[in-house]
Amino acid sequence: MKADPIGVATGSYYIDGDHACAEGAIAAGCRFLAGYPITPSTEVAERVAERFPKVGGMFIQMEDELASMAAVVGASWTGTKSMTVTSGPGFSLMMENLGLGAMMETPCVVVNVQRGGPSTGLPTLTGQADMMQARWGSHGDYEIIALSPNSPQECFDLTITAFNLSEQWRVPVLFMMDECVGHMTEKVVIPEPDEIEVLPRKYYQGDKESYRPFKFNGAADLAPMIKAGDGYFIHITGLTHDERGYPIINAEAQGKNVSHLVDKIRNNVEKISIFEEDCIDDADVVVVSYGISSRVALKAVEDARAKGIKVGTLRLVTVWPFPEGRIQQLAGKVKSFVVPEINMGQIVLEVERAAKGKAKAILVPHAGGWVHDPDDILAAIEEGAA
Amino acid sequence: MSYWRVPLDIQEIEIPHGDLHIIVERCKGCGFCEEYCPKDVLEMSTDFNRKGYHYPNILKQGACVNCNLCEMICPEFAIFCLEGEPRHPDPGEVIQGGENREG
Amino acid sequence: MSETEQEFTETLTIPPPEEDLHHPMEQYLRMERLPHIWCSTCGIGTIITAFISGLQKSELDREKVAVVSGIGCSGRAAGYLRLDSFHSTHGRAIPFATGLALGNPDLKVAVISGDGDLVAIGGNHLIHAARRNINMTIVCINNFNYAMTGGQAGPTTPLEANASTAPYGCYEFPFNLPYLAESSGAVYVARWTALHIRRLTNAIAEALLKPGFSFIEVICPCTTLYARRNRLGDGLDLMRFYHDNAIIRHGADTREVDIGFQDRIIVGKFIDKEKPTFLEKRDQYLKSKLGEQFIPYKGPNDGH
Repeated sequence: MKADPIGVATGSYYIDGDHACAEGAIAAGCRFLAGYPITPSTEVAERVAERFPKVGGMFIQMEDELASMAAVVGASWTGTKSMTVTSGPGFSLMMENLGLGAMMETPCVVVNVQRGGPSTGLPTLTGQADMMQARWGSHGDYEIIALSPNSPQECFDLTITAFNLSEQWRVPVLFMMDECVGHMTEKVVIPEPDEIEVLPRKYYQGDKESYRPFKFNGAADLAPMIKAGDGYFIHITGLTHDERGYPIINAEAQGKNVSHLVDKIRNNVEKISIFEEDCIDDADVVVVSYGISSRVALKAVEDARAKGIKVGTLRLVTVWPFPEGRIQQLAGKVKSFVVPEINMGQIVLEVERAAKGKAKAILVPHAGGWVHDPDDILAAIEEGAA
Repeated sequence: MSYWRVPLDIQEIEIPHGDLHIIVERCKGCGFCEEYCPKDVLEMSTDFNRKGYHYPNILKQGACVNCNLCEMICPEFAIFCLEGEPRHPDPGEVIQGGENREG
Repeated sequence: MSETEQEFTETLTIPPPEEDLHHPMEQYLRMERLPHIWCSTCGIGTIITAFISGLQKSELDREKVAVVSGIGCSGRAAGYLRLDSFHSTHGRAIPFATGLALGNPDLKVAVISGDGDLVAIGGNHLIHAARRNINMTIVCINNFNYAMTGGQAGPTTPLEANASTAPYGCYEFPFNLPYLAESSGAVYVARWTALHIRRLTNAIAEALLKPGFSFIEVICPCTTLYARRNRLGDGLDLMRFYHDNAIIRHGADTREVDIGFQDRIIVGKFIDKEKPTFLEKRDQYLKSKLGEQFIPYKGPNDGH
């Protein structure tokens, strides 16, 4: 399906990543945003608050992030594409109802413009330290999809992808920006509506009695949804439930329910994963990066190549689910992976796990507040090539 | 209500009547229905249902006036009242000293 | 067979199941989920009956009514009602319901949940939804403690009442819920007990038809924990207590309706006033500012 023209501000703009993300959401058909102000994500909500009344959308500033996330899950069950936007401290509060969204298999998008943590941390300066929280933040076992854009243009494009993935996989999708990308101003081209592919929600068509809101098969073939108010009298709960949505409190039901939540993503990593590779074929060293760090790393890669080191790049566009299979393949061929990230070592752990000792994983940490010095990444590349 | 003489329009007075139904196996024996029945129609059984609760028995089937209070107050959806044929009161039951004075 | 054995056998005579009997409420219940989890002499089931009766009385289209619950004994209410029903996280019933109510303005959303869920962990959401005058009806079932988790003290536990985390009695001041709701902006505020079943039914019907944020507190017997810990007998004894100690005072000043331990309970309809709902105010205001540019939100825009 093509995007609804009313929400698509076709044209060429010079805007930052936060504003581009807002435009991407509106173009994707998002018409409900519940949020709470927090630096450096506020500009997304501000733009949506201005734009929504003119495109038939509903913006509400909630009392906190707990409420924002709960409202987003509720609104999604009315059939409206819904999102919220926050940064680290608010992201922590959202974890409760992010788990609810995962358990209720509710499509929605959560934008986290990352800043330095822990706690209040660095409100106005960058970080990438919520990546493991994105994966594991809510209690219990579930799988999630998370994307990480590295430019304002991607903030637009990938927000649309995020909504499409959330509808396709009936899962909350995390849009893990960082302050640098959020506040970076660049050219953003918003295409014509008929060039924007939007995935509509899959609705059930059939008799009401036989409707089941869930299908626990761990496959891509998920149960279609219905909207509250359609007369199906659905029951949807955060408790362990069966395919009817009814609570069942025993190990067998838990096995079916949770296995499905995990398997629907794990069994389909290749369908979900998006990553970009460059000069990987003859590489001795591969720089694995995401978000703003992937752009800083380019300078180090250029310098390394100038020095004759065979270095390739693998940029994670979807960080979760992690493309474990691809890292495994490369681990047999390359000497090492270099992972620059603005945290003290998060995604590097996944790289190391997937490489299974066949290649070294070298972390280039940064505690946050600024981007890496490319020379630090270069030093790691040199170490990896040695 | 009772009167000192038989009302002249007694043939026009209709007393509503309810057919009481008790779903014994659903009852958890709280006793709300017995306690609040305005006509004292119910009495808790000395028997147990399968869950081990005493359930209400209908003591005076004909006395139910279909007020539905038992149906409303039952927390278990275990008792309900369907509208029955209204009846005309017997002269004996409306005058003072009649059998149903307490109602 | 000895005489004692014979007596015993007779006492255990099991009456035949009555499967052909259909309770009039069944069409509104998820019968496959009964029996419900609530204890014998708990009043929540009674309140559910009142809710269904109130819904019928309101003559609202039941397909356009959604129920949301939080967590706790009362939080299970949504799971037994054959309506669109959502069982959300602890304290978040109101914001979840806000999402439903704003996501589809044609829905009437009712939140049925407990005092701990709505007033303690969810207290912030309660006051803000009331302030915004979101179109929803709250049925707050107050049993004076956290029953599901074992009878701990909560925000409504009366002074001196015993609770499992107040083993020497509660020394915190409780909330006066009607006063809280009124001062936060609710347009309809009432309190009844599980005994005032017809008045509660009427109140639920009124509240469901009232545009804006309506709040009904229902005092409910908790036999297994609150009554037991405080040696008050069982739920039936509490119902008798309500009978003897509830005072109907419509229009009472909500500042004066606080509840003490085994003290009088003032019930009635306290507040019923007119105020634009969140959506009415939003649409009218944005229209005045944006004129023709303003496009009101019309519900799901999903291409279907």
